[in-house]
Amino acid sequence: MSGTIVVGWSADKYGAAAVEHAVAEARLRSASVVVVNATRGDALVDDRYARSGDVAVLESSLADSGVPFEVRQSMGPDVADQVLDVADEVGATLIVVGLRHRTPVGKLVMGSVAQRILLGATCPVLAVKPS
Amino acid sequence: MESLDLLWGGLEAAFTFENLLWACIGVLLGTFVGVLPGIGPAMTVALLLPVTYGLEPAQAFIMFAGIYYGAMYGGSTTSILLNTPGESSSVMTAIEGNKMAKRGRAAQALATAAIGSFIAGTIGTMLVVFLAPWLAEIAVEIGAPSYLAVTVLAMVLVTSVLGSSRLRGFIALFLGLTIGLVGLDLSTAQSRLSFGNPLLADRIDIVVVAVGVFALGEALWVAAHLRRKPLEISSVGGRPWLAGDDLRRSWGPWLRGTALGFPFGAVPAGGAETPTFLSYVTERKLAGADSEFGKGAIEGVAGPEAANNASAAGTFVPLLALGLPVTATASIMLAAFQSYGIEPGPQLMTDHSDLVWTLLASLLIGNTLLLLLNLPLAPLWAKLLRTPRPYLYAGILFFASLGAYAANLRAFDLMLLLVFGALGFMMRRFALPVLPLILGVILGPLMELKFREALSISDGEASGLVNEPLAVIVYVIVALAVAVPAVLSLVRRPQAADPDKEKELVS
Repeated sequence: MSGTIVVGWSADKYGAAAVEHAVAEARLRSASVVVVNATRGDALVDDRYARSGDVAVLESSLADSGVPFEVRQSMGPDVADQVLDVADEVGATLIVVGLRHRTPVGKLVMGSVAQRILLGATCPVLAVKPS
Repeated sequence: MESLDLLWGGLEAAFTFENLLWACIGVLLGTFVGVLPGIGPAMTVALLLPVTYGLEPAQAFIMFAGIYYGAMYGGSTTSILLNTPGESSSVMTAIEGNKMAKRGRAAQALATAAIGSFIAGTIGTMLVVFLAPWLAEIAVEIGAPSYLAVTVLAMVLVTSVLGSSRLRGFIALFLGLTIGLVGLDLSTAQSRLSFGNPLLADRIDIVVVAVGVFALGEALWVAAHLRRKPLEISSVGGRPWLAGDDLRRSWGPWLRGTALGFPFGAVPAGGAETPTFLSYVTERKLAGADSEFGKGAIEGVAGPEAANNASAAGTFVPLLALGLPVTATASIMLAAFQSYGIEPGPQLMTDHSDLVWTLLASLLIGNTLLLLLNLPLAPLWAKLLRTPRPYLYAGILFFASLGAYAANLRAFDLMLLLVFGALGFMMRRFALPVLPLILGVILGPLMELKFREALSISDGEASGLVNEPLAVIVYVIVALAVAVPAVLSLVRRPQAADPDKEKELVS
C-alpha cells in the first residue's frame, strides 16, 4: 500500500472517466482511492452533486474493482478547494479530475473547477476526458 | 345578463396587441418567480409595482393579473418536481404530485395541475363577474360602523385562522398596524410616531414596507442559509399532456376543488390552505382504500390545484366589492390601486367600472395564456431551479432597491428599506407570518378612518360603533371566531400542530 489517489467526481460521464482512470492508476501503484463529490450548495438543484442512488452504484463498482476506497460528499464555497483540502488531508500522491469542454466565454462566466485544481494542487494532477 | 355585457366590453378593451403583450410578460414573470420557492406572487407584485408607474392603470392590472395566476401555477411545478412547495397553497399538491413524478409521471401531474388551474381560474373569474357587482350593490348601503366591523373580521380571521400560532399572527398584525400609524394623522394632521422626522411624517410608502419585508427579508434569510444540500429533482419527461384515463380521473377533482376553493377565497378569511387541504381529504375519501393515494394519485394533484386557483379568483370578490384584501397579493394590488389614486371600496365598481371589467377580462386572458405558454415550457422552468442563489438574489435586491427608491425618489426610503428588511428577516427567524403585517399596514389606516367616521357621526358615543344590525352580527362572528377554537382546545386534548403549516412559515 503506497499513497492515496484523490478523485474529483461528479455523477456524470466526466466523473465516471475520472474514477475509471483513478482505479487503473491505483492498481498500478497499489494505492487507495478517495472519491470527493462536492457542491457549492447554493442552488436548489445541482446535477453534479450525486444522489444517494448514484453513490450506491459508485460504491458497488469500486468494491468490485478491489481497490481500497472511500467516498466523501461535502459542501462549501468552492468545489475546487474542497477537493484540494481532502488531498492535503490524506496526503494525496495524485489527483484525478475529469475535464469538460468549456468555451472561453463559458470559462469566464462559470469558471473551471479543473483549472483551479490544476493550479492549486501540490501533487501531480491527472486530467482525463471521457472517451 | 348585464354583467356579461360589461365583461364583453372589458374583453374588447383588453384585447389590444399592447395589452396582450403585458399579459404575456406578466404570466412569464409570474411563473418565473412562482417556480422559485420563497419568492411568491406578493413579492413579485411588490417588486414590479414601481415598474408599472409609467403604465396606464389598465395595463398595470393586466400585468398583475398575469403575475398572480402565473405565480400560483409556478408553485405547483416546484411542488411536483422537487417536493418543495413554493407557496403555502401548494403544500397539498406536493404530497401526491411528487410521488407521481418519482414514478415517472411528472408530465401528467404538471398537466393536470395546469389544466385544473385553468378550469378553476376561469370558473372562479366568471363567479367574480356575477358576485362582485351584487356584493358591491349591497356594500354601498353599509355604513361606517359595519364597514369597521367587517375590517375587524377580516383581520381577526386572517390572523387567527391561518397559520399555526395565533400569538405570532397577532404580533405580526400589531406590528403592521403600528407601521400604518406612522406619519400625519389623516383627520387632524397631527404627526404620530415620526420622532420629529419630517420625512417620516409623510407616511411610510406601502411599497417600501412590502419590498422590505418580502424581498429584502427573504434575501437576508437566504443569505443566512446560503448553502443547503441540493435537492433531488425529477425529470419532466416529455411534454405535459393528459390522455384517456388521466383526463377522466381529473374532471371530478377539478370541479370539486373549484367548488371548495372559491367560497374560501371570497370570505374575508380567505387563504388557500384550508380549501386545498379539504380538497385533498375529500378526494382521498372518495377514492377509497384501494386507490393510488400514497403512491401518486392524479386526483390528489388535480383537486388541490383547482382549489387554490379558485380561491385566488375568489379573493377578488372582497377586494373589488369591499376594498378588503384577504391575501398578501391582494393587499399589494390594493396598494397599486391607491397609487393610481383609485380608492377601493363599494364605489369602485361604479366609479371605475371600465377598469374593473378590464381587470376581470384580463384575468380570463391571463389564465388562457398561462395554459398556452406553460404546458410546452415546463421543462424550461425546471431548468431555472439550477440557478445559483447569489445570481438570483442579486437581481431581486436590485429590483427591491430600485422599487423603494422609485416610489418617492428619496434616499431616505432606502434606509427604511433596510429597516424593514431586517424586520422581515427577524419575522422569518421567529416564524411570524407576513400576511397579517401587510394587512395591518394597508387596512389599518382605512379602519381608523371608518372608526373616526362612525364616532363623529355619533358624537363620540361608543354606542355609535354598534348601532347597525350588520355590525352587531359581524362582531358576534368575530367573537365566535376567537372563542370557539379557544374553547375547543380546552375541551379536546391538545393535538399536534399541522407540521406542513409550521414548515411553510419558516421556509
